Amino acid sequence: MTFGVVVFPGSNCDHDAFHAISRNLTWDGERCEAKFLWHAEESVGDADAVILPGGFSFGDYLRCGAIGKFSPVMRAVKRFADSGGLVIGICNGFQILVETGLLPGALVRNRGLRFVCKSVALRAGTQASPFTSEIEPGRTLQIPVAHGDGCYYADERTLDELEAEDRVAFRYVDNPNGSLRDIAGILNRQRNVLGMMPHPERATETLMGSTDGLAVFQSMAAAIACRTPLVR
Amino acid sequence: MKARVYVSLKPTVLDPQGQTVRSALNGLGYKAVSEVRQGKLFEISLNPGVSEEQARHEIDTLAKEVLTNPVIEEYRFELSE
Repeated sequence: MTFGVVVFPGSNCDHDAFHAISRNLTWDGERCEAKFLWHAEESVGDADAVILPGGFSFGDYLRCGAIGKFSPVMRAVKRFADSGGLVIGICNGFQILVETGLLPGALVRNRGLRFVCKSVALRAGTQASPFTSEIEPGRTLQIPVAHGDGCYYADERTLDELEAEDRVAFRYVDNPNGSLRDIAGILNRQRNVLGMMPHPERATETLMGSTDGLAVFQSMAAAIACRTPLVR
Repeated sequence: MKARVYVSLKPTVLDPQGQTVRSALNGLGYKAVSEVRQGKLFEISLNPGVSEEQARHEIDTLAKEVLTNPVIEEYRFELSE
C-alpha cells in the first residue's frame, strides 16, 4: 500500500508525512510505503492515496496555497480525486485544496492574528468517511496545529450544506483560530478528499506525545484495503 | 500601459488585521477613524503595443483567476498610460 507525498517548493512537513506512513503505519501486519511526488510531476503514479503536506508552498506568496494550485502535479491529483482516489490535505495542503476548488470555503488569518502552534483536542464530526472510520464515536484526539492562516471561512449556505451532508470531518473542542462552527477539517461531496488544519502525521508515535493521528491514516489504509484486495 | 489591481476582502469576511490597525490608530489619537479594511494593491506593467481592450480582458482574467480568491475577496482595477 503506497502513499504519495507531494513535495512543493516550501513544503516542510513532507518528511514528517513520509516518516509517519513508512515507519508508523502498518496494515494487516505489513508496513505501508511512502514515496515523494515532486510538484512538477504530471502523474501520481501507482499511489493508492495522496498526501498534500503542510508547509509554506511557494512561500505562501499571494495567498496560502494560491501558487501551489497551479503546479502540474495538482492536475494529476485532481484527476486522481475525480476517479475516487483518497486525497488528504494537511495544513498548507488543506489551503491548496480549497484554492484548487476540490474543497469549499477558504482559510483566512487566525482570528487572534497569532501563529498558533500547540496540541489541540479534536472530535471527529462523522465516522462515515475513509479518513475517520477507525475513530470511535465520542473519542477525543490530541493532535498538533501549527498555522497562521487556519481560520476556516465559508458563507452560511456552504456551512449549512457541509453540516447537512455530514461533511465536517473534525471539529475543535476549544477553537484556537476562530474557524466558523469550530471546523478543523472537511470532506468533499464524494467523501474521498479531506482537508484538515491539524497535523495527524505529527501524532503517530509515543515519542511525539500522541499517537492519535494514526487513526486517520489507519482509516485510509482500511478504505484502500477493502477497495483493492492486497496481493500477497 | 499600467494596471493597478485593488484586492479587498468581501464585506462579509472578518478582517482582524484591519481591526487591529483601527484600534492602534484610535489609540494613537486618530479619533476620526471608525473602520479599517486591509487589502492588496498590484501594480502591473504591460508590454508596449498592447491594446486597451486586450489589457482590460487580460487583467480582468488574471485578477479573477489568480490574484483573488473569489470565496473571500473581490477586486477592481484601473488602467493608465
